[in-house]
Amino acid sequence: MNARIVHIASNTFREAVRDRVLYNLIAFAVLISAAAIFIGQISIEIERLVVINLGLTAVSLFGVVIAIFVGIGLVSKEIEKRTLYTVLSRPVRRWEFIVGKFFGLAGTLVVNTFFMALGVFGALLYVAHRFSGADSSIFIALYFIILQFLIICALALLFSSFSSPLLSAVFAFSLFIIGSFADDLRGFATLAHGLTRWVATGTAYLVPNFSALNVISAVAHQQPISWQLVLQNTLYTLFYTAMALSGAVLIFDRRDLK
Amino acid sequence: MAAIEILGLEKTYMVGFWRKRPKRALQPLHLTVDDGEIFGFLGPNGAGKTTTLKMLMGLVFPTAGRARILGRDWTDPEVKAQIGFLPEQPYFYDYLTAHELLDYYGQLSGVPAKDRKNRVEEVLQRVGLTDIKGIQLRKFSKGMLQRAGIAQAILHSPKLVFLDEPMSGLDPLGRREVRDLILQLQQEGKTVFFSTHILSDAEALCDRVAIINQGELRGVGAVEELTKSVQGKVEVVWQGTQVPASMKALGGEFHVTGETVRTVISENQQDAAIDALRRERLRLISIVPVRTSLESYFVEKLQHSQTTAGTSA
Ligand SMILES: Nc1ncnc2c1ncn2[C@@H]1O[C@H](COP(=O)(O)OP(=O)(O)OP(=O)(O)O)[C@@H](O)[C@H]1O
Ligand SMILES: [Mg+2]
Repeated sequence: MNARIVHIASNTFREAVRDRVLYNLIAFAVLISAAAIFIGQISIEIERLVVINLGLTAVSLFGVVIAIFVGIGLVSKEIEKRTLYTVLSRPVRRWEFIVGKFFGLAGTLVVNTFFMALGVFGALLYVAHRFSGADSSIFIALYFIILQFLIICALALLFSSFSSPLLSAVFAFSLFIIGSFADDLRGFATLAHGLTRWVATGTAYLVPNFSALNVISAVAHQQPISWQLVLQNTLYTLFYTAMALSGAVLIFDRRDLK
Repeated sequence: MAAIEILGLEKTYMVGFWRKRPKRALQPLHLTVDDGEIFGFLGPNGAGKTTTLKMLMGLVFPTAGRARILGRDWTDPEVKAQIGFLPEQPYFYDYLTAHELLDYYGQLSGVPAKDRKNRVEEVLQRVGLTDIKGIQLRKFSKGMLQRAGIAQAILHSPKLVFLDEPMSGLDPLGRREVRDLILQLQQEGKTVFFSTHILSDAEALCDRVAIINQGELRGVGAVEELTKSVQGKVEVVWQGTQVPASMKALGGEFHVTGETVRTVISENQQDAAIDALRRERLRLISIVPVRTSLESYFVEKLQHSQTTAGTSA
C-alpha cells in the first residue's frame, strides 16, 4: 500500500486511542463478566448458546456504534476544525486521505474486536469449562462481524461527505437496521405487486445485506457455515465498501473546504 | 523563472441555505511572483487573500482560471512536495505533541525517516518552540500554535512558502522573530508569499507587494515604487525663525517650530530654494523627497476603490 495511506491510517488509529475510543472495552468487559456469572448460575444446558448469542451480539453492537460515531467524524471533523488544510497542502491526494482514514478506523475496530473476542471466549470458558471443536466457527462469526463494520464505516464516511454529522449518524444507523432485515425485505419484495414490488426490490438490494453477515445464531446452535458463504460475503463486502468509498471520494474530490 | 503565476484565478462562492446566491470573493486575478522574492499580498479584511491562497493550495476550487507554481500546473501533486503552507489561524491535531505532529507531516511530505528527527528539532528551534516535549497541542497558546504552524510550513525545506497572516497572534518579540525568519528564508534562496494587513511588516520585508480589495487587484509593485514621492515633492528644512520673501515666492505652507522652518515644495523648485536660502545665508538642514508611507498609499487605493464601487453600484 502507498506509504501516505499507511501514515494517515496509523495517525487515525492513534487519534482513536487517544480519544479513548477503546475505553468501550471496559464497559464490554463488565457486561460480559456479569452476563457470564449470571448465566452460569441459572441455566444448565444452554449456557453455551446464550453466551455466544449474547456475547457476539454485544461485540457487533459495540462495534457498530463505534463505526458510526467515529466514522461520521472521520472527515467532517477535519474539515470543521481545519486540520485538513495542512494535510492536503502536502503531496496527499484527497482519495488517499479518505482511504487512509477508512483503514485507520477499520484497524481500530479490528483491535477492539480482538479484545472483545477474548472476553467472549473467556466467558465461554467460564460457563462451559472447556472449548469444543464447534466453537471454532465463532471465528467465522467474528470475521463476518468485522466485514459488517467495514461496510458501516464506509457508509458513515459516504454520508458525512455530504450531510451533517447528525444526519449521517441517523442515515447510517437506519441502514444498519434495515440492512439487518435485508433477507426479510427481499422476501417481502417477491410477495408484493406493482410499484411496491419495484421499490421493495430496489431497496432490498441497495441496502447492505447484513442478514447474510449475521451468523451468530447459526454458530450458537452449532450449525455449520459453508465456505461459499464466507467467499460470497467477502466479495460482497469488498464490492460494497469499494462502492461506498468511491462515492465518498467522488463527492470529496469536488468539495471546497470551508 | 517565476515561482508563482496566477492566471486569472477567480472565485464565486454560493452562499445561503435554501436559495443559493452567488457571492464574488475574487475577480479574475493575474499576478506573477518571481523566484527568490518576498512578496506581500495586502488587503483589508474580506479582500480575498485567504481565498486566493486556498485556491493555490487546492483546498478550494476556482470558478475559472488557473495557476502555475514552480513552473508546473498548480494541481500537480509534485508541486506540493516543494511548497509549504501556513493557514490563517492554524489548528492541528490537538491530541498530538508538536514533535509528533511534525513527524507525521514529515512522513506525508516524504522527508526520509533518518532526517526527520533532526529536522523536527531544527525547525522547532527555529520558530522558538522550546520546552514543549510531551505537551499536547490542545494545551498550546495561540502564539505557540502559530509558531507550530510556521514550523510545519518550513519543515520539509520547501522552495516556496505561502504564509497566511504569519504574524497574527504573535507578541512583539515573536513578530520580530518571524520577520527575521522570513528574511533568512529568502537568503536561503526560497520564495515567500505572504498575506497580511499589517503594513509595517510588508514595508519592512517585501520586495514587492500586491494590493487587493473587494476581490480586485488594485496595484502591484515594489514597495519603493508604490511609496515613491507623491507627484515629485520634496521637503525642505532650514535653520531660522522666519521665511524670506524669495522662499515665500515658491509657495507652499511654512511651519516654524523652534529654530527650524519646514516646507514642502515641488521637486523642480528645489534648486531655486537652495539658491534662495544661500542668498539669505540661512543654514539648510535637509532636502528629502516626500514619500507616502505604504499605509497612505494603501488607504488612498482603498478609498479610490470604494468610490469606484460606489459609482458603479
Ligand atoms: N466559504 C465561504 N463561503 C462563502 N463566502 C466566503 C467563504 N470564504 C470566504 N468568503 C467570502 O469571500 C470574501 C473574501 O474572504 P477571504 O477570507 O478571502 O478574505 P481575506 O482577505 O482573507 O480577509 P481577512 O483579512 O479577514 O482574513 C469575503 O467576502 C468572505 O465573506
Ligand atoms: Mg484571510
